[in-house]
Amino acid sequence: MNSAAISAKVAGAIPGACVEALEFQGQTTLQVRRESLKEVLAFLRDDPDILMNQLLDVTAVDYPARADRFDVVYILASIREDGLAPVRVRIKTRIPDGAALPSVTDLWRSADWGERECFDMFGIRFEGHPNLKRILNPDNFYGYPLRKTFPLRGERDPAFLEYKETEPA
Amino acid sequence: MGVELIRGDNFVTARLADVVNWARKSSLWPFPFGTACCGIEMMSTLASRYDMARFGAEAVRFSPRQADLLIVAGTICNKMAPVLKRIYDQMSQPKWVIAMGACASCGGIFDNYTVVQGIDQIIPVDMYVPGCPPSPQALMYSFTKIQGLVQSGQGLSLDPMPEAVPSVPV
Repeated sequence: MNSAAISAKVAGAIPGACVEALEFQGQTTLQVRRESLKEVLAFLRDDPDILMNQLLDVTAVDYPARADRFDVVYILASIREDGLAPVRVRIKTRIPDGAALPSVTDLWRSADWGERECFDMFGIRFEGHPNLKRILNPDNFYGYPLRKTFPLRGERDPAFLEYKETEPA
Repeated sequence: MGVELIRGDNFVTARLADVVNWARKSSLWPFPFGTACCGIEMMSTLASRYDMARFGAEAVRFSPRQADLLIVAGTICNKMAPVLKRIYDQMSQPKWVIAMGACASCGGIFDNYTVVQGIDQIIPVDMYVPGCPPSPQALMYSFTKIQGLVQSGQGLSLDPMPEAVPSVPV
């Protein structure tokens, strides 16, 4: 199923959701509006022809000069029971700094750590996430290192060396 | 060592400290703190080809309370720093520390927001081993240098604590 077929199905089911569909080097990318993101993801998971039953990763890209600063990227895969090769599709959505996206941990449990990493490294919040705290950096870290505006060496705060794990709230 | 034979070969005299230090340097028990590729070279040094057992250091202890030589082999990130500090504090006196490789010595190529720029920011280091990673020979050389420190009763953990310097001039 190529990008045209997938985007046609999405457009038929959720009108106006899909902004752009790209097919590049055999990779399918759909850009969707932020408001209908979760609806699209749920549709891709549940539609019997598409059946994206695995979420491989949630990540983001920083474009500091853009008004909608971040691309949040969901990489989906369809593990087929009929023995065909898995189909992958990437869903991109744009959000401005400070905005929040709905969490998809209720659709795929694997979104848990991906969304936490996104929060840790980019400062993107996911509403409805069960445990949205830092995953890679120490809990007392401040700043979001994968933003292009973050200084490479960071703050080098001596307090980071005295890290103590905080209890989950 | 100052060992003397008197009255034929029936008596040996020596200073007790020398004998204790000789025994200590010949049975150093290392704690392997391997966090990166240096850890692989450390394993190689301990294994049969290079065989640290020749220096009496084959008893690798994974409990800091039973070890007297801490070999920090690898990159130490900020999140690992308190763990390393606690491991060092749990080792009983006297104790020695080898910073193996560029990362443990100075942060190495990782001049960034996550990596401690040398473990001497956290704990005292007796010996730095250059290399990325150092060869087993380099680690063994530093080990024999540590043995020299042990024999002569030297080591940063044995030094008196520096007097507290008031941070505000009075």
